[in-house]
Amino acid sequence: MTVEFDGKKINVEKITTVLKLLEKLSINREAHLVFVNSKLVTEDYKLKDDDEIKIIRVVSGG
Amino acid sequence: MKCKVCGGNAVISLRAYNSALCAKDFVSFLENRVLKTIKKYGLIEDKDKLLVAVSGGKDSLSLWHILNKLGFNADGMYIDLGIEGYSDLSLEKVKKMSDVLKRPVYIFHLRDALGKGIEVISKRIKRTTCSACGMIKRYIMNRVCLDKGFNVIVTGHNLDDETSALMGNLLYWKEEYLWKKEMVLDEEEGHLSKKIKPLFLCSEREMAAYAVLCGIDYVYDECPFSIGAKSLFYKEMLNKVEDKSPGTKLQFLKGYLKFTREIKKEKNLKEMRYCINCGYPTLSEICNFCRIMEKYGIKGNIIFDEYRPKDEEFQHR
Repeated sequence: MTVEFDGKKINVEKITTVLKLLEKLSINREAHLVFVNSKLVTEDYKLKDDDEIKIIRVVSGG
Repeated sequence: MKCKVCGGNAVISLRAYNSALCAKDFVSFLENRVLKTIKKYGLIEDKDKLLVAVSGGKDSLSLWHILNKLGFNADGMYIDLGIEGYSDLSLEKVKKMSDVLKRPVYIFHLRDALGKGIEVISKRIKRTTCSACGMIKRYIMNRVCLDKGFNVIVTGHNLDDETSALMGNLLYWKEEYLWKKEMVLDEEEGHLSKKIKPLFLCSEREMAAYAVLCGIDYVYDECPFSIGAKSLFYKEMLNKVEDKSPGTKLQFLKGYLKFTREIKKEKNLKEMRYCINCGYPTLSEICNFCRIMEKYGIKGNIIFDEYRPKDEEFQHR
């Protein structure tokens, strides 16, 4: 499946849930939101091969 | 996960509250949290006239949206710092929200007022861009409030902003700032508007989710000058702690607020004076803003544009 994150597309395989995906990519769940097929989802969401995943960073600073 | 309220599919987990909510119940939860914060901490009084400082980001635009939805009639103000490719886009989002809410927004263009954008000004006054930006924003926010007949400036500082700033002040023991952090700064009539932060118990993640779920069109990209800012690093550290121990950020800030109430009882505040040029509160004869502008020969005229929402008669406050 393809994951869009930070303006890049990453290919990942055999990931079962959103939480596992975040762990695999070392992404902190407290600082990001995950969208599957344009819908906001929780970490236990079960991923399917054809899902379109987008992770957005929520932290802003200055 | 299932929504703790209705049992439907949850879209967000709220580990600090040991909860998960669907889109509809999350939006209600967040709006209710802002309302409870306003009431519990006495942020807004009936007589108050509110002006929201909007940047085009998720926090301030959502805050402006929430306040009006909750029935607090609030207008907006935007400071155009003259950052190429960023300030114009931000202003576009702000105007869009002004149209949605049918509330006007006052705009301060730094280039028109002082002849230069923030990058040139910060170099000229020998400060970092973020430091110059902070000083100018604080001054201008107060000035527009006083000039346009408002008495409260509302900012979108969230839980992560407050805890990261607190952490920075603690790590370096910045005593001059450490005990001053408040969620309400009192008004000094004719000189200083009240400042409130109704989002201080809402996390950045919650605010982003709220903006997305409510279809609020915000600037996703970061201010180009904030790259590498220490506050971002502190936020990252705090989120690592939060990940292992949900609720830590809330406990950190709430504990601080409780603690400072005790400290303030013991401390005597320094006597405040007012700038002989502009009336802004200061500890010396001339305020920091006037002193720096004078020292570096920057002359200008502090004026504000007013954008009125399209097509609709706006609701008078």
